[in-house]
Amino acid sequence: MISTAGLNLTFQTNDGPVHALKDVDLEIGKGEFVSFIGPSGCGKTTLLRVIADLETPTAGTITVNGESPKAARLDRAYGYVFQAAGLYPWRTVEGNIQLPLEIMGYPKTERVERAERVLKLVDLEGFGRKYPWQLSGGMQQRASIARALAFDAGILLMDEPFGALDEIVRDHLNGQLLDLWKRTEKTICFVTHSIPEAVYLSTKIVVMSPRPGRITDVIESTLPVERPLDIRDTKEFLEIAHRVREGLRAGHAYED
Amino acid sequence: MRNVLPVVTVVAAILALWYAAAIPLNIHQSLVEAERAGEIVAPEGANVRRDMSGLTLAFRNPSNIGDVFGQDRPRLPAPHQVFAELWDTTVEKKVTSRRSLVFHAWITISATLVGFGIGTALGIVLAIGIVHNRAMDLSVMPWAIASQTIPILAIAPMIIVVLNSVGLQGLLPKSIISAYLSFFPVVVGMVKGLRSPERMELDLMHTYSASPAEVLWKLRLPASAPYLFASLKIGIAASLVGAIVGELPTGAVRGLGARMLSGSYYGQTIQIWSALFMAAISAAVLVGLIALIQRQTLRRMGLES
Repeated sequence: MISTAGLNLTFQTNDGPVHALKDVDLEIGKGEFVSFIGPSGCGKTTLLRVIADLETPTAGTITVNGESPKAARLDRAYGYVFQAAGLYPWRTVEGNIQLPLEIMGYPKTERVERAERVLKLVDLEGFGRKYPWQLSGGMQQRASIARALAFDAGILLMDEPFGALDEIVRDHLNGQLLDLWKRTEKTICFVTHSIPEAVYLSTKIVVMSPRPGRITDVIESTLPVERPLDIRDTKEFLEIAHRVREGLRAGHAYED
Repeated sequence: MRNVLPVVTVVAAILALWYAAAIPLNIHQSLVEAERAGEIVAPEGANVRRDMSGLTLAFRNPSNIGDVFGQDRPRLPAPHQVFAELWDTTVEKKVTSRRSLVFHAWITISATLVGFGIGTALGIVLAIGIVHNRAMDLSVMPWAIASQTIPILAIAPMIIVVLNSVGLQGLLPKSIISAYLSFFPVVVGMVKGLRSPERMELDLMHTYSASPAEVLWKLRLPASAPYLFASLKIGIAASLVGAIVGELPTGAVRGLGARMLSGSYYGQTIQIWSALFMAAISAAVLVGLIALIQRQTLRRMGLES
């Protein structure tokens, strides 16, 4: 689904070049839930942005659905969920969800239909006519996930979507996201800096470390598909979490 | 009630200051008239008094102070004279009459509105160009700023003469001077507004592979609405000034500028002041109208509760 080989990205800044991604080799299969975890500056968001064709790598190859990221973007291969909900304040929730559909040229009746369907998917039925400021932070983020789901892209790219929310809301949304993933069978790339979140959600955890941004470990989760919240107290869960922590330490992620 | 008291206090203070200022400014004329009527004033002779300060004369002739508020052609008309003239030329005259200030105000406001329309459209078009085209970004703004440093009073006659020579007369030349003043705040506000979307909001559009036109219509323009309205309020007031200035060099016989000009030709200070007040009232009404449209629009867009 997504595959990279020898991927490098160097930003030219006033303080000299910054090696944001170094020799990234990664395979992501269809229907996987992949978490990218690491401290700030490890390039996890940059990698997501490269997949989304928001950044261009300086060396190496990357294919999304077997084509270049740009071609994949033009084919509407992915939906992107940003750190902040980023709903346009002059549009209702419904209007925000219909925004990509308008740009992609869906007819009006189908737009309405699809907006209704994805609102149901993220448990926001009946909130379509509200403006973003009338919604809580968690609801706004759910609306932005609905917006990314509206045009049926096979891949969902999520950049710390729950980072700004409190832990209780976050747990709730994590459960909902897993549900959604199982129902829609999408491939999800999920950037986070929370170890429990990464372990709870993923089928595969990519541990990254900074300076230069690189992959230090890739962990295939052995947790079952059905994951109640209290799975986080099981031995298996803690073992995986431990390995993630080891991976972060190995990358000198805790330095300075 | 809590709001009324401060407002009344300020208005009362302004009126008091105005009346007080009328005394030293008008006393010379009052003494000339009193002397002519056979009264004894101190000192005698207009020539002697010419270089004396108004305050000194007022102190030496306290009995003549009352006369300064009722002259036909005072240097500074008293407030009640201006308001009586305003009442007379708005309420008491038919609006179609040449002596009606409503008639003259409408002449000026119609030119203002046309100029405001041209200026706003031009401002928006330039701003869109500046935001989308690097060459325009670098080249247009300095010219726009330079255009505003030229005194409008200097350039207005040239615009009138040039347009007259190609056969344009009446409303349009005035409107163009109006537009000249009002496009600038719109350019500045709209450039800022069109650039107000954050990186993330633009990235989102990029992930949808939206065209620049779609980004403009669905993101940049709606995001710039609050900025546009702030600019429009400045723009419409500038438009009115432009229309009035546009009436001055043509020797126009209609419009608020014409009233001020003919007032100054004939020393009709009361007429000048009432025309000034009418201009101020017109500006307040126009700005208020924009504010009303702003509230309605932003509320409908969900940007204001």
